[in-house]
Amino acid sequence: MLRSLNGIFAILSKEMIQMSRDRLTFAMILMIPVVQLVLFGYAINTDPKHLATAVHVEEQTPMVRSILTGMKNSDYFDFILTTGNGEETESLLRDGKVSFVLSIPAGFTKALIRGEQPQLLLEADASDPAAASNAMAQIRQIVLQALQPDLTGPLSYLAVSADPVDVVVHRAYNPEGITQYNIVPGLVGVILTMTMVMITSMAMTREVERGTMENLLAMPVKPYQVMFGKITPYIFVGIIQTFIILAAAHFLFRVPFAGSMSVLALGVSLFILANLALGFTFSTIARSQMQAMQLTIFFFLPSILLSGFMFPFRGMPIWAQWIGEALPLTHFLRIIRGVMLKDTPGMALLNEFAAIGLFMLVVGAIAMKRYRRTLD
Amino acid sequence: MREKALQQNLSDDLAIDVCDLVKDFGSKRAVDKVSIQMPRGQVWGFLGPNGSGKTTTIRMICGLLEPTSGYGNCLGLDIQKEADAIKKATGYMTQKFSFWEDMTIRENLAFVARLYQLHPIKQVVDETLKTLGLFDRQHQLAGHLSGGWKQRLALAAVTMHNPALLLLDEPTAGVDPQARRDFWDEIHRLAGSGMTVLVSTHYMDEAERCDRIVYLSHGKIMVQGRVQEIVKEVGLVTFKATGDGARERVEAFRRDDRVDYASYFGAALHISARDRQALQAAIGEFGDGLQWQEIETGLEDAFIALSQMQHMQSNTSGKG
Repeated sequence: MLRSLNGIFAILSKEMIQMSRDRLTFAMILMIPVVQLVLFGYAINTDPKHLATAVHVEEQTPMVRSILTGMKNSDYFDFILTTGNGEETESLLRDGKVSFVLSIPAGFTKALIRGEQPQLLLEADASDPAAASNAMAQIRQIVLQALQPDLTGPLSYLAVSADPVDVVVHRAYNPEGITQYNIVPGLVGVILTMTMVMITSMAMTREVERGTMENLLAMPVKPYQVMFGKITPYIFVGIIQTFIILAAAHFLFRVPFAGSMSVLALGVSLFILANLALGFTFSTIARSQMQAMQLTIFFFLPSILLSGFMFPFRGMPIWAQWIGEALPLTHFLRIIRGVMLKDTPGMALLNEFAAIGLFMLVVGAIAMKRYRRTLD
Repeated sequence: MREKALQQNLSDDLAIDVCDLVKDFGSKRAVDKVSIQMPRGQVWGFLGPNGSGKTTTIRMICGLLEPTSGYGNCLGLDIQKEADAIKKATGYMTQKFSFWEDMTIRENLAFVARLYQLHPIKQVVDETLKTLGLFDRQHQLAGHLSGGWKQRLALAAVTMHNPALLLLDEPTAGVDPQARRDFWDEIHRLAGSGMTVLVSTHYMDEAERCDRIVYLSHGKIMVQGRVQEIVKEVGLVTFKATGDGARERVEAFRRDDRVDYASYFGAALHISARDRQALQAAIGEFGDGLQWQEIETGLEDAFIALSQMQHMQSNTSGKG
């Protein structure tokens, strides 16, 4: 009995010594729960408020103002644009600039007073059903409540009758609110992030771990040659993965493909390159394959949580949105969801392409700088 | 002008010409002012205990490490500014096997041939495989080879581009005697074809196969020259004793200040010292009943004595 305890203790103490030698791994073990706590505890909010909303009103009356004020006070809607011109709001929803467009036509107030139950239209970007659902569920109640104070005196009969206003909610891009429409295209981004970063970072660290790096360094090959040579095979791996998921999206989940294949292809290529560059950078930091794996997980966690993949991006506090903006997955999700579900034109996604491109350049420059040409 | 040209010519005859190389790792000085002038076409041995700075020096010579200070040329190329050109003209065999174990012998060689832009690849690889007797095993995975064959693959890979300078870092560690002998025959064949070879080793018999040796200890060159010169320079007198109880006397001689070095090997007691009279006095005191015989000092004895003397020197200078 005692003898077997001795054996266990011997292994245990050896394990403790080795754990204390691998600082990066140890730091990760401590950091990952902290990061998860912060992200789940503070950043993630499944009831997103302050969603960007464009308002197209063709008349300004006290009652219209009451409705707008009521919506604003509900905290669900942030009016970023109020206009009398319908053309201005047309593309905002498609390009992902706003989550809602509210339209109040001319003659609305008169019709309301006459008891004609005029229509008030709220168009919602339902491509992410979770993000818009609460606001959509609440809008009728919000409007009716906002009108209550105005419906006094001769109008008080309206307050007790059937709805004085017909609130029409239009779920654009995903009328049935199917979650898969949002998740499956997003999976392309998530899977590419995981595999591309991990494969490259491990492929490079393997050379260091096995001692073959010294040999590579001693031979006439330049860092950029090593980088491109190492990365290129995995570009094809990433493209194959993309095809598999897109095929599944089409045949199994019946996700629509509304937009341009070539815009998506460009987005996927850029995104793959950015992740490969990041993997290469990780390989210049990690000393072992184990560390490379952990760095990948460390990057992967905020990527799925803060990019808008799992939880609504607009629901997060501003600081979390800023972190999200720094992650290539966030921008890639906007591209692939926009192209597949909303037929967002490439020009409207320029910012997203630019963000991924910038990420790639910065990370690539760090990799080139850190790549050791000597064994120092 | 003329003098400069002359100097240029002189250094052109040197494969390695480095001066005062220093390498610090943090606060530890691994290499301390090492200067080596090695002519082309020779085979030099690089000796010294583990951690004496052999590997670090070799890595600085072939551009894999940047010296903390010092300067020099390798094959007439600046070791700091022209590392790329040096890599093309040298072959460096690492101490630890560093080829790709999940690739076959042939795949490894073809990869190296491509990096050095050797054409036509198939022919170059075939020739190398045949010359080094690897042809029959060309499709075996490198990871499945035994020590001797791995080392032969490594030699094939680092010589395939016909480098002017070959740097071999303990190439025969862990290799059986027959394979070691074959390996050295190969080194001399390469040297015969004009290659310059610097090889680090722990084996004395290998040191004796070198034209000259450089002995490093604690990052400094302690001595260099031909084997016989070094043995003579150390100036040791050595006696060998056989008989009952020889083994038990080692400790007594070791404790004696008059004896520099005492050890038991080859079924005999060996003692050596620089001072013949003191040594004989010690034998007179502790050596009763043994058969004594003066022998030629071996290289190993000389080196061990050297490193001990170095140790004592650094101790006294440390105190003073």
